[in-house]
Amino acid sequence: MGRITLNKVTKRFGDVEVIPPLDLEIEDGEFVVFVGPSGCGKSTLLRLIAGLEDVSSGRIDIDGSDATSVPPAKRGLAMVFQSYALYPHMSVRKNIAFPMKMAGVPQDEQARRIEGAAKALNLTDYLDRRPGQLSGGQRQRVAIGRAIVREPAAFLFDEPLSNLDAALRVGMRLEISELHKRLATTMVYVTHDQVEAMTMADKIVVLRAGNIEQVGSPLELYRTPRNLFVAGFIGSPRMNLIEGPEAARHEAHTIGVRPEHIAVSGTEGTWKGRIGVSEHLGSDTFFHVHDTGLAETLTVRAGGEVDLHHGDTVYLTPEADKIHRFDRKGLRIA
Amino acid sequence: MATQHSRSAARFMMAPSVVLLLIWMLVPLGLTLWFSFMDYRPQRGTFDCCVGFENYARFVTSSSFQDAVITTLIMVGGILAITVIGGIFLALLLDQPFWGQGVARILVIAPFFVMPTVSALVWKNLIMNPDNGLLAYLWRFFGADPVVWLTDYALFSIVVIVSWMWLPFATLILLTSIQSLDSERLEAAEMDGAGAVARFWYMILPHLARAITIVILIETIFLLAIFAEIFVTTGGAFGTQNLTYLIYQRVIESQNIGLGSAGGIIAVILANIVAIFLMRIVGKNLDA
Amino acid sequence: MARAVSPQRKAMTTIVVYLIAFTLFFPILWTILVSFNSEAQAIDPPRVLDGSWTLENYTLVQERSDYMRYLWNSVVIAVGSTLLGIVIAIPAAWAMAFVPGKRTKDVLLWMLSTKMLPAVGVLFPIRLVLIELDLLDTKVALVFILTLINLPIIVWMLYTYFKEIPGEILEAARMDGATLRSEIVHVLTPMAVPGIASTILLNIILAWNESFWTLTLTTIDAAPLTAFIASYSSPEGLFYAKLSAASTMAIAPILVMGWFSQKQLVRGLTFGAVK
Repeated sequence: MGRITLNKVTKRFGDVEVIPPLDLEIEDGEFVVFVGPSGCGKSTLLRLIAGLEDVSSGRIDIDGSDATSVPPAKRGLAMVFQSYALYPHMSVRKNIAFPMKMAGVPQDEQARRIEGAAKALNLTDYLDRRPGQLSGGQRQRVAIGRAIVREPAAFLFDEPLSNLDAALRVGMRLEISELHKRLATTMVYVTHDQVEAMTMADKIVVLRAGNIEQVGSPLELYRTPRNLFVAGFIGSPRMNLIEGPEAARHEAHTIGVRPEHIAVSGTEGTWKGRIGVSEHLGSDTFFHVHDTGLAETLTVRAGGEVDLHHGDTVYLTPEADKIHRFDRKGLRIA
Repeated sequence: MATQHSRSAARFMMAPSVVLLLIWMLVPLGLTLWFSFMDYRPQRGTFDCCVGFENYARFVTSSSFQDAVITTLIMVGGILAITVIGGIFLALLLDQPFWGQGVARILVIAPFFVMPTVSALVWKNLIMNPDNGLLAYLWRFFGADPVVWLTDYALFSIVVIVSWMWLPFATLILLTSIQSLDSERLEAAEMDGAGAVARFWYMILPHLARAITIVILIETIFLLAIFAEIFVTTGGAFGTQNLTYLIYQRVIESQNIGLGSAGGIIAVILANIVAIFLMRIVGKNLDA
Repeated sequence: MARAVSPQRKAMTTIVVYLIAFTLFFPILWTILVSFNSEAQAIDPPRVLDGSWTLENYTLVQERSDYMRYLWNSVVIAVGSTLLGIVIAIPAAWAMAFVPGKRTKDVLLWMLSTKMLPAVGVLFPIRLVLIELDLLDTKVALVFILTLINLPIIVWMLYTYFKEIPGEILEAARMDGATLRSEIVHVLTPMAVPGIASTILLNIILAWNESFWTLTLTTIDAAPLTAFIASYSSPEGLFYAKLSAASTMAIAPILVMGWFSQKQLVRGLTFGAVK
């Protein structure tokens, strides 16, 4: 079981309020991602759940019982840290065994669980090495292994992939997702990378300055961002945000169109412009289009092998039902 | 950065150290302060409370106090001059490329590890003794009359003996500091046309300034308290009685506790003046 | 970085450095040489180098003045006070390094400032207290006093070493269910072994050589080597060779330890202000 409820939780460091009163439900078995720019309080929030920081006020329930003042060791949660936080003086085996040793799990049971975790994480050959002798990805897996064997109520991940290079990151992302499918245990995952959030989460919590901007499934956030911040944060490349007369035409202060929802044509369309930088990725091509008569440079996505280049004139047409409208305060107009 | 649990645990964990040091500082110091206002001479059975600042006045106005202050100043100043200047020179030298760096380093640092009573007695007997010492032998070898070092030049001799111990200390710390100087900066200065002297004056010396200050402050604190070297060589005679030794004699040898305690409090105040400067520097370093 | 220096210049530097290094080391070397000579040779410098040598001073020092007892006292006092200090200091350094508060810095500096108290200022009260407790001239008293003398340095050194250990690892231990005790015993201490070792080493050196309290608070029973050597300041008869033998034995272990710890020494002696 791993149901976590935050009730009017706040956190202040001295006079600075990092988390204003915040409510959140994390259902059992859910994969929840906290995402937001750096300094938005997402790591603090995770540490509050872990018990590594005290809440300033409010209440945290884990599986229905008040855990607000329970020390971290007693909350039944496991955490994977950004730096992995492996014990450098212990072998991989001992690292993984440590939480079980602390909990007084019998030796043979320890061995069995280590065996299982090592097999699942491809660490069997490395059990007797020290963390210093492992690659970044392997260290990451040891950290996960150490978390798994506890059989925790929930896993907490604090930007676990940010120290890995790009290729490894994609692989580990998959592994963590698969792990979640297999264990069906609650996972709370903090990242600043919206791609990680979109690909892994059942539920994304977008945070800014300690406030929850929106909670929802990846596609909900993608389809109906509640405000300009979420609209700009979720999706890559960023949504085009257009103000002025063009927005007024749609009875909005700002309109937003994602690059993939704009049709590109060499002959006709709503907006006429000139291609500035074009990025050919093979699968897709992104054009940065200027001189459309709008104040903003537009980013649009075209197919992989479009024969248009820097300086060419193009015509752009937004898909009418994919235009997001926002009012003066930045809130979505339904 | 932490929870209520860990904060209260932290207080609990710090308690033994803090309480012990607090007792260690306050109880004896309180007693000394108390005695310093008393006429307390155990051998005569005098234990009279509250003579006011009489002990302080007597201690400060006595000629032996003034002599001791001058001796202390010469001793500390002389040793500081020798060790800091010599230390800078040696550190620069050891920073140059040469063969056998490790061994040279070991030889240079060695005197710092010699216990004070050993170094003082070895110097006093094996080296400076006017009859059988090495220097006497050298003097005679060249046809000169051996010098009676610890009688005729007692203060100078003690300065030499103590400097021998602290020169390695200064060298080691200054060398560490020089080696932490970014070599690219020196190379940049060289490209800018700075010669060896200019590089020393404008790059190395300013970089060393902090380390030099630290060496001076730490040495001062230890040098103000020089005791064993005097104890085993001259016993405070021949103008080698520094403030520490004077107080020691008042308290232990003449058993005039009131007077000695007043002297002790004065020594504490003097040491604290130095300590404040050292604390400032160390404290700044804590923030970095 | 590496630039060719002419071999001539390097040779010159080498010669100058070794001349100075040898001069500085000479008193130690001479002491060692004299210790292997007879008393008659010892007072006549040229004869020290005449090639004959003897071990009799070492046996004489032991036979006549029970050298081993002083050595044992030194060992007990230096090692005892250091280990006691470490046990008291590790929790304090843990707290300061990993749960820093607003006052941590002040507490650290205050601890250091107690180290700067001139010992002579509190000599009489300490003697008085020890006499009251019937502890004058006991090893117990000296172990306690040297523990207190060096405690600030021990706390300080451990603090600077602990600060280099990432706090996340201790938090991981906490998440893994470790109690405070196992966090310190199983995670922090093993990780800090190099730092703790050099702290121990430096403090044994300092305690071994401490020669104010060891001279003023002992007479016979608890006298360590500092006091034993000091007894040669008013000797009878010829004693150079015996003094040298006793001195050589007194400084040899510390020289070896000092050489091993020289890298860490600077940090310890300057309270981390020079690294």
